[in-house]
Amino acid sequence: MARVVLEGIRKTYPNGFKAIHGVDVAIEEGEFLVLVGPSGCGKSTLLRMIAGLESITEGRLSIGDRDVNNLEPSERNIAMVFQNYALYPHMSVYKNMAYGLKIMGLPKAEIEERVKKAATILELTDEQLIRKPRQLSGGQRQRVAMGRAIVREPSVFLFDEPLSNLDAKLRVQMRLEIKTLQANLGITSIYVTHDQVEAMTLGHRLMVLNAGNVEQLGTPIELYQRPESLFVAGFIGSPAMNFAEARIDAAGKTITISGQEALPLGDGGMAEHGGKDVILGVRPEHLELVAGAPDAVPMTVTMVEQLGADTLVHGHFGESKSDLTVRLEGIRHIKGGEVLPIRVSPDHLHVFDPKTERRLS
Amino acid sequence: MVENRPLLTIFSHIMLLFGVAVIALPIWIMFVAASHPEIRMTQVPLPMLPGGYFFENLDIALNRGMSGMDGNGVAYMMLNSLIMAMMIAVGKIAISLLSAFAIVYFRFPFRMFFFWMIFVTLMLPVEVRILPTYEVVANLGMLDSYWGLSIPLIASATATFMFRQVFLTIPDEMLEAARIDGAGPMRFFWDILIPMSRTNIAALFVILFIYGWNQYLWPLLITSEPGMYTVVMGIKQMLEAAEQVPQWNVIMMTALLAMLPPIFVVIFMQSLFVKGLTETEK
Repeated sequence: MARVVLEGIRKTYPNGFKAIHGVDVAIEEGEFLVLVGPSGCGKSTLLRMIAGLESITEGRLSIGDRDVNNLEPSERNIAMVFQNYALYPHMSVYKNMAYGLKIMGLPKAEIEERVKKAATILELTDEQLIRKPRQLSGGQRQRVAMGRAIVREPSVFLFDEPLSNLDAKLRVQMRLEIKTLQANLGITSIYVTHDQVEAMTLGHRLMVLNAGNVEQLGTPIELYQRPESLFVAGFIGSPAMNFAEARIDAAGKTITISGQEALPLGDGGMAEHGGKDVILGVRPEHLELVAGAPDAVPMTVTMVEQLGADTLVHGHFGESKSDLTVRLEGIRHIKGGEVLPIRVSPDHLHVFDPKTERRLS
Repeated sequence: MVENRPLLTIFSHIMLLFGVAVIALPIWIMFVAASHPEIRMTQVPLPMLPGGYFFENLDIALNRGMSGMDGNGVAYMMLNSLIMAMMIAVGKIAISLLSAFAIVYFRFPFRMFFFWMIFVTLMLPVEVRILPTYEVVANLGMLDSYWGLSIPLIASATATFMFRQVFLTIPDEMLEAARIDGAGPMRFFWDILIPMSRTNIAALFVILFIYGWNQYLWPLLITSEPGMYTVVMGIKQMLEAAEQVPQWNVIMMTALLAMLPPIFVVIFMQSLFVKGLTETEK
């Protein structure tokens, strides 16, 4: 167990491409940090820099109280779980897990003890230990990959999209297992994923990366409730947040989506941004269907998706072009072409500057 | 395709049998010839059924040699051939594995240049460079030695290229996992790369062993001492043996013997050979 500290970490490839533009974060002992972002945002690169598989161009990386910038991966006291498991195909499960320990030069008895212990934690049977990786299912292979990480008794676990090769059902199950495992072992973990559900459910804190920049760092709830940028707002939450161009009135008390009624702004308004063109964001689950309410806005329905537990209604406000998704609880019988009265709760408005794409207020 | 047309079946079988005959008949004739006494092989018509002298001929071929020659059989030539073929096959595999490992896994200046240099040697088989190679081998004092027989044939662009392709199919994560496990380059090479290319190595061994065994021109050129002759050379020399009627029974027995090691290699390594050329799962 150890603290992992990144200070001003940057990565520039020899061809001049800048992959990471300066990351500062202190990951506390036992913390589960999730790096999340779309493909190509640099999250895997950052993880591989922490692992020592990529060099660090600039900045300082310390694990525990050691600077590890120039240490080999095996000297950093880390263990990594890869997306495609990266198990050695010619070795049995037991040997896969024991290989690192054998290189460390541990005595046979201790290797066996550690592997057996890990196998028990991961519920791998003795019979599975003598099989080859290709004779196992995807979920079992993933368990072995985690076993290989556990036996090293590292101070940091690194996960590189470990669940993306599994089918949906197994993914949910393994997600829970990883969360339980991490909580029980209490080992500092860094987890890379592009799946925001995985990120929200697993992480104590999330770091959202976009094009090599840290967009926001915070707990899942912080990111959901107060996204600091347009990117985070659009990335966290499913279905994604609705955005519309809007304008705040001169007094900063109301906000108007072009061609619509003015909506009141909560929390005493935004006087300092009076008269500004902004981007308004509202999550689909914060739009309500209220018949007869005075502040309801008419929404024209174009398509309906029934999910059983929820109904997603797609459409747009009046004549405006911007698409809108509303998430209604339960099964609703709504057809395309209908006009629904929709109310936007003032407490759930997110207002962003269209130029800087940062949150206002 | 499931078809039930008896005529087609009969026709197919006839064609197959014909094909088998084309391949097998010469071998049969060789076997028959190797089992008759010398005198019978000079009488017409030639026998088509085996005679009773197989083991006598075997003894002559292996231990005593043809009458009128130096009185040595081909047993030592078989051994020479075996040593040469093994040295060539093992040497080629070892060198190509290492050079492919360097080309795929290390970043060094002129990496691609060296790769293409190796590749270009494909255009220079032994026959093309035979005189300069002879000169080099002679200057190094390797004439009439196993080193001289095998070293000039060891460098192999084909095998290097093949191992390069094999290594390229091994996912990068394998190397990364090994690095995290603390394996250095040679350890990774030995513990992971070689076992993972095991079937390809076996397939290549079969091909290269036969290549080495069948060498004729090069051994002929650099051996002058009969003690270093190989069995393929031996057969040829038997045909030219001093002003005598060729002793077909012994010659055919020697040819039969010369065929055996490649056949054994193929039979014993067949399953690995097929896997090595077809297996894709890594």
